[in-house]
Amino acid sequence: MQPILETDKLTIAFGGHKPVNEVSLKIMPNTFTSIIGPNGAGKTTLFNLLSGQLKPTSGRVLMKGKEITHLSPAKRTRLGMGRSFQITNVFPSLTVQENVRLAVQAQAGVYYNLFATPKKHAHFEKRAQELLETVLLGQKGDSLAKNLAHGEKRKLEIAMLLALETEVLLLDEPTAGMSLEEVPSILEVIRQIKNQGNRTILLIEHKMDMVLSFSERLMVLFNGKLLAEDTPENIMRSELVQKAYLGGLYDDAS
Amino acid sequence: MKTNWLVSSRLWMGMAAILLIGFPFVSDSRSALILLTQIFIYAVFAMSYDILLGYTGIISFGHAMFFGIGAYTTAIFLHRWDHTMLAFLVSLLVVLVLTGIVSYLIGVMTLRLKSHFYAMLTLAVAGLFLVLAEKWRDLTKGSDGFTFYIPDVLKDRTTLYFASFFFMIIMFFLLKRFTDSPTGKVLQAIRENEQRTESLGYQILHYKIIASVVAGLAAGMSGSMYAITLRFVNTAVFGTNVTLDALLMTIVGGVGTLFGSIVGSALILLVHAGLTDLAKIHWIFERWMIFFGALYILAVMFFPQGVVGMLRQWKEKWKRA
Repeated sequence: MQPILETDKLTIAFGGHKPVNEVSLKIMPNTFTSIIGPNGAGKTTLFNLLSGQLKPTSGRVLMKGKEITHLSPAKRTRLGMGRSFQITNVFPSLTVQENVRLAVQAQAGVYYNLFATPKKHAHFEKRAQELLETVLLGQKGDSLAKNLAHGEKRKLEIAMLLALETEVLLLDEPTAGMSLEEVPSILEVIRQIKNQGNRTILLIEHKMDMVLSFSERLMVLFNGKLLAEDTPENIMRSELVQKAYLGGLYDDAS
Repeated sequence: MKTNWLVSSRLWMGMAAILLIGFPFVSDSRSALILLTQIFIYAVFAMSYDILLGYTGIISFGHAMFFGIGAYTTAIFLHRWDHTMLAFLVSLLVVLVLTGIVSYLIGVMTLRLKSHFYAMLTLAVAGLFLVLAEKWRDLTKGSDGFTFYIPDVLKDRTTLYFASFFFMIIMFFLLKRFTDSPTGKVLQAIRENEQRTESLGYQILHYKIIASVVAGLAAGMSGSMYAITLRFVNTAVFGTNVTLDALLMTIVGGVGTLFGSIVGSALILLVHAGLTDLAKIHWIFERWMIFFGALYILAVMFFPQGVVGMLRQWKEKWKRA
Protein backbone atom coordinates (compact mmCIF):
# COMPACT_ATOMS: atom_id res chain seq x y z
CA MET A 1 0.00 0.00 0.00
CA GLN A 2 1.13 3.51 -0.76
CA PRO A 3 2.01 5.64 2.24
CA ILE A 4 -0.19 8.73 2.57
CA LEU A 5 2.65 10.78 3.92
CA GLU A 6 6.31 10.20 3.28
CA THR A 7 9.54 12.07 3.82
CA ASP A 8 12.84 11.36 2.19
CA LYS A 9 16.00 12.42 4.02
CA LEU A 10 14.24 15.53 5.20
CA THR A 11 16.72 18.02 6.64
CA ILE A 12 16.59 21.60 7.77
CA ALA A 13 19.65 23.50 8.90
CA PHE A 14 19.72 26.77 10.80
CA GLY A 15 23.39 27.59 10.34
CA GLY A 16 25.28 24.57 11.64
CA HIS A 17 22.39 23.35 13.74
CA LYS A 18 20.14 20.73 12.23
CA PRO A 19 16.88 20.46 14.20
CA VAL A 20 15.69 17.84 11.71
CA ASN A 21 18.40 15.73 10.20
CA GLU A 22 17.80 13.26 7.37
CA VAL A 23 14.48 12.02 8.62
CA SER A 24 12.86 9.46 6.34
CA LEU A 25 9.49 8.22 7.40
CA LYS A 26 6.42 6.59 5.94
CA ILE A 27 2.93 7.01 7.33
CA MET A 28 0.29 4.55 6.17
CA PRO A 29 -3.31 5.71 5.59
CA ASN A 30 -5.73 5.57 8.51
CA THR A 31 -3.08 4.85 11.08
CA PHE A 32 -2.42 6.58 14.36
CA THR A 33 1.23 7.41 14.82
CA SER A 34 2.76 9.26 17.73
CA ILE A 35 6.02 11.09 17.67
CA ILE A 36 7.86 11.21 20.95
CA GLY A 37 11.21 12.54 21.97
CA PRO A 38 12.80 14.76 24.58
CA ASN A 39 12.47 18.54 24.43
CA GLY A 40 14.35 20.02 21.53
CA ALA A 41 14.34 16.77 19.58
CA GLY A 42 12.82 18.53 16.57
CA LYS A 43 9.25 17.26 16.79
CA THR A 44 7.53 20.57 16.14
CA THR A 45 10.10 21.49 13.50
CA LEU A 46 9.32 18.22 11.74
CA PHE A 47 5.62 19.17 11.82
CA ASN A 48 6.43 22.58 10.43
CA LEU A 49 8.26 20.92 7.56
CA LEU A 50 5.38 18.54 6.91
CA SER A 51 2.74 21.26 6.94
CA GLY A 52 4.85 23.74 5.01
CA GLN A 53 5.44 26.44 7.63
CA LEU A 54 9.16 25.80 7.08
CA LYS A 55 10.94 24.85 3.89
CA PRO A 56 13.54 22.09 4.16
CA THR A 57 17.20 22.65 3.36
CA SER A 58 17.23 19.30 1.60
CA GLY A 59 15.07 16.24 1.27
CA ARG A 60 11.51 15.77 0.11
CA VAL A 61 7.99 15.56 1.47
CA LEU A 62 5.48 13.44 -0.38
CA MET A 63 1.77 13.12 0.07
CA LYS A 64 0.02 10.18 -1.60
CA GLY A 65 3.15 9.74 -3.68
CA LYS A 66 3.05 13.31 -4.97
CA GLU A 67 5.84 15.67 -4.09
CA ILE A 68 4.65 18.61 -2.00
CA THR A 69 8.01 19.88 -0.72
CA HIS A 70 7.57 23.29 -2.26
CA LEU A 71 3.86 23.83 -1.76
CA SER A 72 2.58 26.56 0.57
CA PRO A 73 0.72 25.63 3.77
CA ALA A 74 -2.53 26.75 2.15
CA LYS A 75 -2.10 24.38 -0.81
CA ARG A 76 -1.20 21.49 1.49
CA THR A 77 -4.35 22.09 3.49
CA ARG A 78 -6.37 21.97 0.32
CA LEU A 79 -4.71 18.66 -0.55
CA GLY A 80 -5.94 17.28 2.74
CA MET A 81 -3.40 17.95 5.47
CA GLY A 82 -4.58 19.87 8.50
CA ARG A 83 -2.60 20.70 11.59
CA SER A 84 -3.06 22.05 15.05
CA PHE A 85 -0.46 24.14 16.76
CA GLN A 86 1.35 23.58 20.01
CA ILE A 87 1.13 27.24 20.84
CA THR A 88 -2.53 28.18 20.80
CA ASN A 89 -3.12 29.72 17.44
CA VAL A 90 -6.59 31.11 16.91
CA PHE A 91 -8.09 34.41 15.77
CA PRO A 92 -8.17 36.28 19.08
CA SER A 93 -10.58 39.15 18.37
CA LEU A 94 -13.14 37.10 16.45
CA THR A 95 -15.90 35.13 18.12
CA VAL A 96 -15.45 31.44 18.77
CA GLN A 97 -18.08 30.62 16.20
CA GLU A 98 -16.45 32.86 13.61
CA ASN A 99 -13.16 31.06 14.18
CA VAL A 100 -14.71 27.72 13.31
CA ARG A 101 -16.88 29.20 10.59
CA LEU A 102 -13.76 30.38 8.75
CA ALA A 103 -12.48 26.83 8.76
CA VAL A 104 -15.83 25.49 7.55
CA GLN A 105 -15.83 28.07 4.78
CA ALA A 106 -12.35 27.01 3.73
CA GLN A 107 -13.44 23.38 3.65
CA ALA A 108 -16.48 24.25 1.54
CA GLY A 109 -14.16 25.87 -0.98
CA VAL A 110 -15.79 29.28 -0.71
CA TYR A 111 -12.62 31.26 -1.16
CA TYR A 112 -13.43 34.27 -3.25
CA ASN A 113 -16.96 35.44 -2.88
CA LEU A 114 -17.03 39.17 -2.55
CA PHE A 115 -20.69 40.00 -2.42
CA ALA A 116 -22.64 37.15 -0.90
CA THR A 117 -24.79 38.12 2.04
CA PRO A 118 -24.21 36.28 5.32
CA LYS A 119 -27.61 34.61 4.93
CA LYS A 120 -26.49 32.71 1.88
CA HIS A 121 -23.95 30.87 3.96
CA ALA A 122 -26.02 30.30 7.07
CA HIS A 123 -25.34 26.58 6.89
CA PHE A 124 -21.69 27.33 7.62
CA GLU A 125 -22.78 28.68 10.96
CA LYS A 126 -24.83 25.58 11.64
CA ARG A 127 -21.91 23.31 10.85
CA ALA A 128 -19.63 25.45 13.01
CA GLN A 129 -22.04 25.10 15.89
CA GLU A 130 -22.11 21.30 15.48
CA LEU A 131 -18.34 21.19 15.61
CA LEU A 132 -18.29 23.37 18.70
CA GLU A 133 -20.63 20.91 20.35
CA THR A 134 -18.35 18.03 19.37
CA VAL A 135 -15.51 19.65 21.28
CA LEU A 136 -17.81 20.62 24.15
CA LEU A 137 -17.77 24.35 23.42
CA GLY A 138 -21.41 24.61 22.37
CA GLN A 139 -22.20 27.36 24.87
CA LYS A 140 -19.23 29.54 23.97
CA GLY A 141 -20.04 30.46 20.38
CA ASP A 142 -20.50 34.17 21.00
CA SER A 143 -17.46 34.76 23.20
CA LEU A 144 -14.36 36.27 21.74
CA ALA A 145 -11.66 33.67 21.30
CA LYS A 146 -9.22 35.67 23.40
CA ASN A 147 -11.57 35.45 26.39
CA LEU A 148 -11.53 31.65 26.46
CA ALA A 149 -9.63 29.71 29.09
CA HIS A 150 -6.52 28.01 27.84
CA GLY A 151 -8.06 24.56 27.66
CA GLU A 152 -11.03 25.93 25.78
CA LYS A 153 -8.74 27.52 23.22
CA ARG A 154 -7.17 24.12 22.65
CA LYS A 155 -10.61 22.67 22.06
CA LEU A 156 -11.40 25.48 19.66
CA GLU A 157 -8.20 24.69 17.84
CA ILE A 158 -9.33 21.09 17.43
CA ALA A 159 -12.79 22.16 16.24
CA MET A 160 -11.15 24.29 13.54
CA LEU A 161 -8.98 21.38 12.51
CA LEU A 162 -11.96 19.02 12.35
CA ALA A 163 -13.86 21.55 10.25
CA LEU A 164 -11.26 21.21 7.52
CA GLU A 165 -12.15 17.50 7.22
CA THR A 166 -8.66 16.67 6.06
CA GLU A 167 -7.52 13.09 5.67
CA VAL A 168 -4.31 13.76 7.54
CA LEU A 169 -4.34 15.39 10.95
CA LEU A 170 -1.17 16.68 12.51
CA LEU A 171 -1.80 17.25 16.22
CA ASP A 172 0.93 19.14 18.00
CA GLU A 173 0.53 18.49 21.73
CA PRO A 174 -3.23 18.98 21.88
CA THR A 175 -3.22 18.80 25.67
CA ALA A 176 -0.24 21.11 26.23
CA GLY A 177 -0.76 23.47 29.12
CA MET A 178 -4.18 22.08 29.95
CA SER A 179 -5.33 21.53 33.47
CA LEU A 180 -5.70 17.88 34.45
CA GLU A 181 -9.49 18.09 34.59
CA GLU A 182 -9.64 19.26 31.00
CA VAL A 183 -7.43 16.56 29.52
CA PRO A 184 -9.99 13.71 29.53
CA SER A 185 -12.47 15.62 27.38
CA ILE A 186 -9.81 16.31 24.75
CA LEU A 187 -8.75 12.66 24.85
CA GLU A 188 -12.35 11.72 24.32
CA VAL A 189 -12.52 13.93 21.24
CA ILE A 190 -9.34 12.42 19.83
CA ARG A 191 -10.59 8.91 20.59
CA GLN A 192 -13.79 9.62 18.69
CA ILE A 193 -11.87 10.84 15.65
CA LYS A 194 -9.67 7.79 15.80
CA ASN A 195 -12.61 5.43 16.07
CA GLN A 196 -14.15 6.82 12.93
CA GLY A 197 -11.17 5.15 11.26
CA ASN A 198 -11.00 7.38 8.19
CA ARG A 199 -8.26 9.74 9.27
CA THR A 200 -4.53 9.45 9.40
CA ILE A 201 -3.38 10.99 12.63
CA LEU A 202 0.08 12.09 13.57
CA LEU A 203 0.43 13.16 17.17
CA ILE A 204 3.15 14.85 19.16
CA GLU A 205 2.62 14.26 22.83
CA HIS A 206 4.48 14.15 26.10
CA LYS A 207 1.87 12.30 28.09
CA MET A 208 3.13 8.74 27.69
CA ASP A 209 0.01 6.93 28.89
CA MET A 210 -2.04 8.76 26.30
CA VAL A 211 0.42 7.96 23.54
CA LEU A 212 0.54 4.29 24.45
CA SER A 213 -3.19 3.72 24.57
CA PHE A 214 -3.88 5.38 21.22
CA SER A 215 -0.97 4.71 18.98
CA GLU A 216 -0.47 1.97 16.47
CA ARG A 217 3.05 3.15 15.73
CA LEU A 218 5.57 5.18 17.70
CA MET A 219 8.41 7.21 16.32
CA VAL A 220 11.23 8.41 18.50
CA LEU A 221 13.00 11.57 17.53
CA PHE A 222 16.29 12.47 19.17
CA ASN A 223 18.54 15.39 18.25
CA GLY A 224 16.79 15.77 14.94
CA LYS A 225 17.21 12.14 13.96
CA LEU A 226 14.68 9.38 13.74
CA LEU A 227 15.96 7.05 16.39
CA ALA A 228 13.39 4.30 16.20
CA GLU A 229 10.04 3.46 14.68
CA ASP A 230 8.00 0.53 15.87
CA THR A 231 4.91 -0.60 17.75
CA PRO A 232 4.47 0.98 21.18
CA GLU A 233 5.32 -2.30 22.94
CA ASN A 234 8.62 -2.73 21.16
CA ILE A 235 9.57 0.90 21.62
CA MET A 236 8.98 0.70 25.34
CA ARG A 237 11.23 -2.31 25.56
CA SER A 238 13.97 -0.74 23.47
CA GLU A 239 17.13 0.01 25.35
CA LEU A 240 18.11 2.78 22.98
CA VAL A 241 14.92 4.70 23.60
CA GLN A 242 15.21 4.36 27.34
CA LYS A 243 18.70 5.76 27.13
CA ALA A 244 17.50 8.68 25.04
CA TYR A 245 14.88 9.51 27.61
CA LEU A 246 16.82 8.80 30.78
CA GLY A 247 20.03 10.34 29.56
CA GLY A 248 23.30 8.65 28.87
CA LEU A 249 22.90 8.80 25.12
CA TYR A 250 25.06 11.32 23.41
CA ASP A 251 24.99 12.07 19.78
CA ASP A 252 28.55 12.24 18.56
CA ALA A 253 27.64 14.22 15.50
CA SER A 254 26.40 17.25 17.34
CA MET B 1 -31.99 39.48 22.15
CA LYS B 2 -32.96 42.53 24.14
CA THR B 3 -33.24 45.61 22.00
CA ASN B 4 -33.08 48.95 23.65
CA TRP B 5 -33.86 52.04 21.64
CA LEU B 6 -31.10 53.96 23.43
CA VAL B 7 -28.39 51.66 22.18
CA SER B 8 -29.91 50.78 18.82
CA SER B 9 -27.25 52.10 16.50
CA ARG B 10 -29.51 51.62 13.50
CA LEU B 11 -32.03 54.06 14.92
CA TRP B 12 -29.31 56.64 15.53
CA MET B 13 -27.96 56.17 12.05
CA GLY B 14 -31.43 56.61 10.57
CA MET B 15 -31.98 59.79 12.54
CA ALA B 16 -28.61 61.16 11.50
CA ALA B 17 -29.44 60.39 7.87
CA ILE B 18 -32.78 62.22 8.11
CA LEU B 19 -31.10 65.23 9.72
CA LEU B 20 -28.47 65.30 7.01
CA ILE B 21 -31.07 65.04 4.25
CA GLY B 22 -33.06 67.85 5.84
CA PHE B 23 -30.07 70.04 6.50
CA PRO B 24 -29.88 71.95 3.18
CA PHE B 25 -33.56 72.92 3.50
CA VAL B 26 -33.08 74.35 6.97
CA SER B 27 -29.72 75.98 6.81
CA ASP B 28 -28.61 78.49 4.23
CA SER B 29 -25.00 78.45 5.35
CA ARG B 30 -22.95 77.81 2.24
CA SER B 31 -19.78 77.02 4.15
CA ALA B 32 -21.55 74.45 6.33
CA LEU B 33 -22.90 72.78 3.21
CA ILE B 34 -19.46 72.64 1.65
CA LEU B 35 -17.94 71.34 4.87
CA LEU B 36 -20.49 68.52 5.07
CA THR B 37 -19.91 67.67 1.41
CA GLN B 38 -16.21 67.34 2.15
CA ILE B 39 -16.96 65.18 5.19
CA PHE B 40 -18.95 62.75 3.04
CA ILE B 41 -16.20 62.49 0.47
CA TYR B 42 -13.42 62.11 3.00
CA ALA B 43 -15.56 59.51 4.78
CA VAL B 44 -15.45 57.34 1.65
CA PHE B 45 -11.71 57.80 1.42
CA ALA B 46 -11.32 56.90 5.10
CA MET B 47 -13.57 53.84 4.66
CA SER B 48 -11.42 52.66 1.78
CA TYR B 49 -8.38 53.04 4.03
CA ASP B 50 -10.18 51.12 6.75
CA ILE B 51 -10.49 48.13 4.39
CA LEU B 52 -6.71 47.99 4.44
CA LEU B 53 -5.93 49.05 7.98
CA GLY B 54 -8.95 47.94 9.95
CA TYR B 55 -10.03 44.81 8.12
CA THR B 56 -6.88 43.36 6.63
CA GLY B 57 -4.30 44.86 8.98
CA ILE B 58 -2.19 46.33 6.17
CA ILE B 59 -0.61 49.71 6.79
CA SER B 60 -0.19 51.73 3.63
CA PHE B 61 1.47 55.14 3.53
CA GLY B 62 0.64 55.63 -0.11
CA HIS B 63 -3.11 55.48 -0.18
CA ALA B 64 -3.19 59.08 -1.42
CA MET B 65 -2.05 57.87 -4.82
CA PHE B 66 -5.48 56.42 -5.57
CA PHE B 67 -7.15 59.57 -4.30
CA GLY B 68 -4.83 61.60 -6.51
CA ILE B 69 -5.36 59.41 -9.57
CA GLY B 70 -9.11 59.87 -9.12
CA ALA B 71 -8.88 63.61 -8.67
CA TYR B 72 -6.53 64.19 -11.60
CA THR B 73 -8.33 61.87 -13.98
CA THR B 74 -11.66 63.54 -13.44
CA ALA B 75 -10.10 67.01 -13.56
CA ILE B 76 -8.25 66.28 -16.79
CA PHE B 77 -11.32 64.79 -18.45
CA LEU B 78 -13.51 67.73 -17.54
CA HIS B 79 -10.84 70.23 -18.49
CA ARG B 80 -9.63 68.68 -21.74
CA TRP B 81 -12.74 67.07 -23.08
CA ASP B 82 -15.91 68.75 -21.99
CA HIS B 83 -17.55 69.74 -18.74
CA THR B 84 -20.59 67.53 -19.14
CA MET B 85 -22.06 64.71 -17.10
CA LEU B 86 -20.95 62.28 -19.82
CA ALA B 87 -17.33 63.35 -19.45
CA PHE B 88 -17.63 63.00 -15.70
CA LEU B 89 -19.14 59.51 -15.86
CA VAL B 90 -16.54 58.37 -18.39
CA SER B 91 -13.84 59.79 -16.15
CA LEU B 92 -15.25 57.75 -13.26
CA LEU B 93 -14.99 54.61 -15.37
CA VAL B 94 -11.43 55.47 -16.31
CA VAL B 95 -10.66 56.09 -12.63
CA LEU B 96 -11.96 52.62 -11.79
CA VAL B 97 -9.83 51.05 -14.50
CA LEU B 98 -6.70 53.01 -13.59
CA THR B 99 -6.92 52.56 -9.83
CA GLY B 100 -7.81 48.91 -10.38
CA ILE B 101 -4.71 48.33 -12.47
CA VAL B 102 -2.40 50.36 -10.23
CA SER B 103 -3.64 48.79 -6.99
CA TYR B 104 -3.43 45.32 -8.51
CA LEU B 105 0.11 45.81 -9.76
CA ILE B 106 1.29 47.35 -6.51
CA GLY B 107 -0.41 44.57 -4.60
CA VAL B 108 1.23 41.84 -6.67
CA MET B 109 4.63 43.46 -6.38
CA THR B 110 4.65 44.51 -2.75
CA LEU B 111 2.13 42.61 -0.67
CA ARG B 112 4.45 39.65 -0.37
CA LEU B 113 6.56 41.80 1.89
CA LYS B 114 6.21 42.05 5.63
CA SER B 115 4.18 44.97 6.94
CA HIS B 116 6.76 47.72 7.38
CA PHE B 117 8.49 47.01 4.10
CA TYR B 118 5.14 47.26 2.41
CA ALA B 119 4.43 50.57 4.16
CA MET B 120 7.76 51.98 2.97
CA LEU B 121 7.22 50.83 -0.59
CA THR B 122 3.76 52.35 -0.80
CA LEU B 123 5.25 55.62 0.45
CA ALA B 124 7.81 55.46 -2.34
CA VAL B 125 5.27 54.63 -5.07
CA ALA B 126 2.98 57.46 -3.93
CA GLY B 127 6.03 59.72 -4.09
CA LEU B 128 6.54 58.64 -7.70
CA PHE B 129 3.00 59.68 -8.55
CA LEU B 130 3.57 63.04 -6.89
CA VAL B 131 6.68 63.58 -9.02
CA LEU B 132 4.78 62.45 -12.11
CA ALA B 133 2.04 65.00 -11.43
CA GLU B 134 4.66 67.72 -10.98
CA LYS B 135 6.71 66.91 -14.05
CA TRP B 136 4.11 65.93 -16.61
CA ARG B 137 3.32 69.58 -17.09
CA ASP B 138 1.47 69.20 -20.41
CA LEU B 139 -1.22 67.23 -18.70
CA THR B 140 -1.15 68.40 -15.10
CA LYS B 141 0.20 71.96 -15.34
CA GLY B 142 2.78 71.13 -12.69
CA SER B 143 2.49 71.82 -9.01
CA ASP B 144 0.28 74.90 -9.49
CA GLY B 145 -2.52 72.68 -10.71
CA PHE B 146 -5.46 74.04 -12.67
CA THR B 147 -9.09 74.98 -12.31
CA PHE B 148 -11.81 73.49 -14.47
CA TYR B 149 -15.53 73.68 -15.04
CA ILE B 150 -17.80 70.98 -13.72
CA PRO B 151 -21.03 69.69 -15.26
CA ASP B 152 -23.83 72.24 -14.88
CA VAL B 153 -25.99 69.80 -12.95
CA LEU B 154 -23.42 69.58 -10.18
CA LYS B 155 -22.77 73.31 -9.98
CA ASP B 156 -25.53 73.82 -7.49
CA ARG B 157 -24.03 73.24 -4.04
CA THR B 158 -27.17 71.57 -2.76
CA THR B 159 -27.19 69.07 -5.63
CA LEU B 160 -23.54 68.34 -5.04
CA TYR B 161 -24.28 67.94 -1.36
CA PHE B 162 -26.89 65.27 -2.08
CA ALA B 163 -24.72 63.62 -4.70
CA SER B 164 -21.89 63.31 -2.17
CA PHE B 165 -24.24 62.17 0.56
CA PHE B 166 -25.68 59.35 -1.53
CA PHE B 167 -22.23 58.54 -2.86
CA MET B 168 -21.16 57.97 0.75
CA ILE B 169 -24.27 55.95 1.63
CA ILE B 170 -23.90 53.72 -1.45
CA MET B 171 -20.20 53.18 -0.84
CA PHE B 172 -20.89 52.43 2.80
CA PHE B 173 -23.37 49.69 1.95
CA LEU B 174 -21.22 48.27 -0.84
CA LEU B 175 -18.16 48.11 1.37
CA LYS B 176 -20.22 46.79 4.26
CA ARG B 177 -21.49 44.01 2.04
CA PHE B 178 -17.92 43.32 0.99
CA THR B 179 -16.63 43.12 4.56
CA ASP B 180 -19.52 40.85 5.57
CA SER B 181 -18.97 38.54 2.60
CA PRO B 182 -17.00 35.30 2.95
CA THR B 183 -13.99 37.07 1.45
CA GLY B 184 -14.33 39.96 3.87
CA LYS B 185 -14.36 37.52 6.76
CA VAL B 186 -11.11 36.01 5.56
CA LEU B 187 -9.57 39.50 5.48
CA GLN B 188 -10.38 39.87 9.16
CA ALA B 189 -8.87 36.47 9.82
CA ILE B 190 -5.68 37.62 8.10
CA ARG B 191 -5.61 40.69 10.30
CA GLU B 192 -5.95 38.49 13.36
CA ASN B 193 -3.50 35.77 12.48
CA GLU B 194 -1.92 35.43 9.09
CA GLN B 195 -0.20 32.13 9.62
CA ARG B 196 -3.33 30.49 10.94
CA THR B 197 -5.40 31.75 8.04
CA GLU B 198 -2.92 30.22 5.67
CA SER B 199 -3.01 26.88 7.42
CA LEU B 200 -6.79 26.86 6.99
CA GLY B 201 -6.12 26.78 3.27
CA TYR B 202 -6.55 30.44 2.32
CA GLN B 203 -3.94 31.96 0.05
CA ILE B 204 -3.06 35.13 1.89
CA LEU B 205 -1.56 37.06 -0.99
CA HIS B 206 -4.72 36.78 -3.12
CA TYR B 207 -6.82 38.19 -0.33
CA LYS B 208 -4.45 41.05 0.34
CA ILE B 209 -4.54 41.94 -3.33
CA ILE B 210 -8.35 41.86 -3.31
CA ALA B 211 -8.35 44.20 -0.31
CA SER B 212 -5.83 46.46 -2.01
CA VAL B 213 -7.90 46.65 -5.20
CA VAL B 214 -11.21 47.27 -3.42
CA ALA B 215 -9.59 49.99 -1.31
CA GLY B 216 -7.94 51.47 -4.39
CA LEU B 217 -11.21 51.63 -6.36
CA ALA B 218 -13.12 53.29 -3.52
CA ALA B 219 -10.30 55.77 -2.88
CA GLY B 220 -10.14 56.65 -6.57
CA MET B 221 -13.85 57.43 -6.68
CA SER B 222 -13.59 59.61 -3.59
CA GLY B 223 -10.73 61.46 -5.29
CA SER B 224 -12.97 62.14 -8.32
CA MET B 225 -15.69 63.54 -6.11
CA TYR B 226 -13.16 65.62 -4.22
CA ALA B 227 -11.96 67.25 -7.41
CA ILE B 228 -15.57 68.05 -8.33
CA THR B 229 -16.20 69.85 -5.05
CA LEU B 230 -13.05 71.94 -5.36
CA ARG B 231 -13.29 72.54 -9.14
CA PHE B 232 -9.54 72.68 -8.86
CA VAL B 233 -6.77 70.13 -8.61
CA ASN B 234 -3.10 70.35 -7.73
CA THR B 235 -0.38 68.00 -6.58
CA ALA B 236 -1.51 68.28 -2.96
CA VAL B 237 -3.93 65.40 -3.65
CA PHE B 238 -0.91 63.08 -3.93
CA GLY B 239 0.63 64.36 -0.69
CA THR B 240 1.41 62.12 2.25
CA ASN B 241 -0.83 64.40 4.29
CA VAL B 242 -3.84 63.01 2.50
CA THR B 243 -2.91 59.47 3.54
CA LEU B 244 -2.22 60.63 7.08
CA ASP B 245 -5.64 62.30 7.22
CA ALA B 246 -7.26 59.00 6.31
CA LEU B 247 -5.13 57.22 8.90
CA LEU B 248 -6.16 59.74 11.55
CA MET B 249 -9.82 59.53 10.59
CA THR B 250 -9.95 55.75 10.74
CA ILE B 251 -8.06 55.60 14.03
CA VAL B 252 -10.10 58.32 15.73
CA GLY B 253 -13.36 56.91 14.40
CA GLY B 254 -12.49 53.31 15.11
CA VAL B 255 -10.54 50.89 12.95
CA GLY B 256 -12.36 47.88 11.59
CA THR B 257 -15.75 49.62 11.72
CA LEU B 258 -16.68 51.25 8.44
CA PHE B 259 -19.05 53.55 10.26
CA GLY B 260 -16.14 54.74 12.38
CA SER B 261 -14.51 56.18 9.29
CA ILE B 262 -17.56 58.39 8.73
CA VAL B 263 -17.49 59.54 12.34
CA GLY B 264 -13.74 60.08 12.13
CA SER B 265 -14.04 62.08 8.94
CA ALA B 266 -16.71 64.28 10.52
CA LEU B 267 -14.73 64.79 13.72
CA ILE B 268 -11.45 65.64 12.02
CA LEU B 269 -12.92 68.02 9.46
CA LEU B 270 -15.16 69.73 12.03
CA VAL B 271 -12.27 70.16 14.45
CA HIS B 272 -10.15 71.43 11.58
CA ALA B 273 -12.80 73.98 10.61
CA GLY B 274 -13.30 74.98 14.24
CA LEU B 275 -9.61 75.51 14.83
CA THR B 276 -9.22 77.52 11.67
CA ASP B 277 -12.04 79.78 12.88
CA LEU B 278 -10.29 80.23 16.19
CA ALA B 279 -7.26 81.53 14.36
CA LYS B 280 -8.89 84.95 14.52
CA ILE B 281 -8.54 84.81 18.30
CA HIS B 282 -5.01 83.53 18.61
CA TRP B 283 -2.39 82.77 15.98
CA ILE B 284 -1.56 79.39 17.51
CA PHE B 285 -4.81 77.98 16.11
CA GLU B 286 -3.58 78.57 12.63
CA ARG B 287 -1.07 75.84 13.31
CA TRP B 288 -3.80 73.28 13.65
CA MET B 289 -1.38 70.50 12.80
CA ILE B 290 -0.01 70.85 16.35
CA PHE B 291 -3.42 69.98 17.76
CA PHE B 292 -3.89 67.13 15.35
CA GLY B 293 -0.56 65.72 16.44
CA ALA B 294 -1.66 65.83 20.05
CA LEU B 295 -5.05 64.39 19.16
CA TYR B 296 -3.33 61.54 17.34
CA ILE B 297 -1.19 60.64 20.34
CA LEU B 298 -4.11 60.88 22.75
CA ALA B 299 -6.34 58.79 20.50
CA VAL B 300 -3.79 56.02 20.18
CA MET B 301 -3.06 56.06 23.92
CA PHE B 302 -6.57 56.31 25.33
CA PHE B 303 -8.99 55.30 22.58
CA PRO B 304 -7.14 52.68 20.61
CA GLN B 305 -10.51 51.41 19.38
CA GLY B 306 -11.71 54.85 18.35
CA VAL B 307 -15.07 56.46 18.99
CA VAL B 308 -17.19 53.73 17.44
CA GLY B 309 -15.12 51.01 19.07
CA MET B 310 -15.68 52.66 22.46
CA LEU B 311 -19.41 53.01 21.88
CA ARG B 312 -19.65 49.36 20.90
CA GLN B 313 -17.85 48.39 24.07
CA TRP B 314 -20.24 50.44 26.18
CA LYS B 315 -23.13 48.89 24.33
CA GLU B 316 -21.85 45.41 25.17
CA LYS B 317 -21.58 46.37 28.84
CA TRP B 318 -25.04 47.86 28.76
CA LYS B 319 -26.47 44.68 27.32
CA ARG B 320 -24.82 42.52 29.94
CA ALA B 321 -25.86 44.75 32.83
